Amino acid sequence: MRKAGKASWKTGGIGQLMIPLIAVGLLILFNLIRDPSFFSIHTTPGNSGGIVLTGNLISIINGASELAVLAMGMTLVTAACGGQDISVGAAAAIAGSVFVRVLKTPDVITGGTMILAFASCCVVAMLFGAFNGTLVAVFRIQPMIATLILYTCGRSIAYWINGGATPTVSSPIINAIGSYIPGVPIPTPIFIVLAVGILLALVFRFTNLRLYTQSVGINQGAAKLNGINSTMIKLLSFIILGLCVATAGCIGVSRLSLINHETLLLDVEMDAILAVAIGGNSLGGGKFRISGSILGAYIIQMLTITLYAMKVPSTNVKAYKAIVIILLVVMGSPVVKKKIADFWKHLRGSHPASVGKEAA
Amino acid sequence: MQEETVLSMRGICKEFPGVKALQNVDFTLRRGEIHALMGENGAGKSTLIKVLTGVYTKDAGHIQMEGTEGEANIRSPQDAQNIGISTVYQEITLCPNLTVAENMFIGREAGLLTHRKEYEKKAEQLLKNLNIPARARQELSSCSLAVQQMVAIARAVDMNCKVLILDEPTSSLDEKEVQMLFSLMRDLRSRGVGIIFVTHFLEQVYEVCDRITVLRNGELVGEYIIQDLPQVQLVAKMMGKELDETIEIDASGKKNTPTGETVYEAENLSSSEAKPFNFKISRGEVNGFTGLLGSGRSESVRAIFGADRVTGGKVRMNGKQVRISRPIDAMKNGIGYLPEDRKRDGIIADLSVRDNIILALQVMKGFFHPMSRSEMEKFADEYIHTLNIKTASKDTPVGSLSGGNQQKVILARWLLTHPEYLILDEPTRGIDIGTKLEIQRLVLKLAEENVSVTFISSEIEEMLRTCSRLIVMRDRKIVGELTGDELSQTNIMKTIAGGEKQ
Repeated sequence: MRKAGKASWKTGGIGQLMIPLIAVGLLILFNLIRDPSFFSIHTTPGNSGGIVLTGNLISIINGASELAVLAMGMTLVTAACGGQDISVGAAAAIAGSVFVRVLKTPDVITGGTMILAFASCCVVAMLFGAFNGTLVAVFRIQPMIATLILYTCGRSIAYWINGGATPTVSSPIINAIGSYIPGVPIPTPIFIVLAVGILLALVFRFTNLRLYTQSVGINQGAAKLNGINSTMIKLLSFIILGLCVATAGCIGVSRLSLINHETLLLDVEMDAILAVAIGGNSLGGGKFRISGSILGAYIIQMLTITLYAMKVPSTNVKAYKAIVIILLVVMGSPVVKKKIADFWKHLRGSHPASVGKEAA
Repeated sequence: MQEETVLSMRGICKEFPGVKALQNVDFTLRRGEIHALMGENGAGKSTLIKVLTGVYTKDAGHIQMEGTEGEANIRSPQDAQNIGISTVYQEITLCPNLTVAENMFIGREAGLLTHRKEYEKKAEQLLKNLNIPARARQELSSCSLAVQQMVAIARAVDMNCKVLILDEPTSSLDEKEVQMLFSLMRDLRSRGVGIIFVTHFLEQVYEVCDRITVLRNGELVGEYIIQDLPQVQLVAKMMGKELDETIEIDASGKKNTPTGETVYEAENLSSSEAKPFNFKISRGEVNGFTGLLGSGRSESVRAIFGADRVTGGKVRMNGKQVRISRPIDAMKNGIGYLPEDRKRDGIIADLSVRDNIILALQVMKGFFHPMSRSEMEKFADEYIHTLNIKTASKDTPVGSLSGGNQQKVILARWLLTHPEYLILDEPTRGIDIGTKLEIQRLVLKLAEENVSVTFISSEIEEMLRTCSRLIVMRDRKIVGELTGDELSQTNIMKTIAGGEKQ
């Protein structure tokens, strides 16, 4: 059984968001001191007519879209299985390839083709999710090992889908998804994240997904004795992650109007896991907060953009990112949390005592 | 029998976080005797064995071995073996795909040179000497379990062991194989080996042992010569009751007569953990499963609830045949189950008191029908109040509550589902006396409200106070059923001990 230590109670409460919120605050403060105009938003004429909003803030929120969507699904898998899916990047390449393959079939891309393409890509991603989920839930393979299979072969499968080519798709609809809908000044991916978030919130509202997932993640044996089918819940978490993968893959393809199976969302899996962790969720499963993970995704992106703005060479960005991440993760560790709590107690406790001394 | 001490353990103490596993335990083994180490599960038998074999290091105490100067320094199983203590465990720890001879000599060849011919000859001789029906060049997996066990013993004997520990060696053997093993044990006894025999089969103890040491709750109850301790007395010692102190509890207020209408009935029900058994319970009846820990009482009720894999049998609810293979089936048929191990199987520690209370009802309502927040709050408030659960708030994680209050939360969880038949496995274990009485009263109140209850407890008084019928189990079988005037501590112990034989 997991230790029911004081630190783990905090998971799931508002307290869980403390560290990520502080991180956001510090990043904003740092940028404002460095360059007061960092967060200013400009209006510029867009490609497809009309006026669009640009600026660092927009690029942070826009750029983190795929990561945010993946982090949501990753949170569920983490909570239910106590492990992570490292194949999301490769699976997104497959999903993106399927998306493009279906789009390229007819001569003209219509709204109908779009829906068909997205639906096929969702089905494929869900199937691969179910594959991972079966390995984890039915065959009880460690999630990281189970998903290592798809991680290894995913991009090869993606290569095969479009016959090794990296085809481009050009259509106003693709542009509308990847950048701006004509007349709307905010990039579309931001709305997609919002939509996925709302959808997930509705699922939580109208089903017992949260209760079941948390129960299975905290104490699988007890969950089973209360009639919960833990195998189904784990499988479901992977299938939902599959949907997130499909969505992220489509956003990624639409941004560039092309599919490059080698580079699409490369290394995104580690960022997605990191987003879950920065969001204060226990990687050992159990209680979770989706909002924490979304915040985590934006923190990672904000960090990247900040470093680029500081003219850090792109080869060095990862090293600087690592330093900040070490700080965040250590700050969020139970040991440090406890130390901070003790320190607070000590401060409060010693205060009256010192007053007493002075009086003496 | 010689009275020469070969091993003496004095004042052994061992503490685990929160548990005193052994407190000041003495144990003496003499040359050429078979000494039974008895006690319920958790009495400290295995801990004592593990201290002796170097798996655990003792916190205090002395161990002296014959032939070793001063205190025996046992830090690892290897040390134990070097001074002549060998162990044969319940599960065979040999290599099934090697030959019998290889198994007997593996890991102790002198250097890299192994003379196959030589050790096969030696093995053959030893097997013959000990009357073990196996050939040296036979693959071990082709021998029966009993023979494999005997090979393990032969290996131990050949290492010149003075003390041989047999930990539940008979649990997977049939009657004939047990006899084979016993004759080997007697043979070794006549050669002067001291044997420590750990088992939960009482008859076997009386068949083969010379002496019994009884442990309870990590403390020494006593050491007895087998003739001085009849089987009933042994059970009493293990349970910590004195036969003459069996004051019958007055029958006032308890045992309302059940209406006779059968609520639940099982015929030849079996699971992966429980042997086939028959069982039924009437409306408003409180019955109990009793027997020593490990006698199969928990496994039986788990089979009723579908908690383990159900392997056979017919089940009827209110006369209608139903299929219960998973907990959800049982729940939908109006059965509730409070598991024996609260921490492992009961609470979802990090979830709030509220979520823990509504969990079972919520699952019964189904995945797509979550309760509204206000409904949850209402139910939580209601049961926190009814059961007097002491918690800071409904949002407090249940793991931070005291044991008694955690148990009440799980009780609340099942009461909320309004079961027809409620199974309570050790609901009062590790709970303060006040809460214990509250739970007992609750059980009787439920029975008045026509709920059928199965109540399992290690404390016989508690069962006598609440149950109108007791099913007695031993060695995973139902060996008796006591009702009405038959319900007394003496009778229970007699039945557990195999009263018919006394």
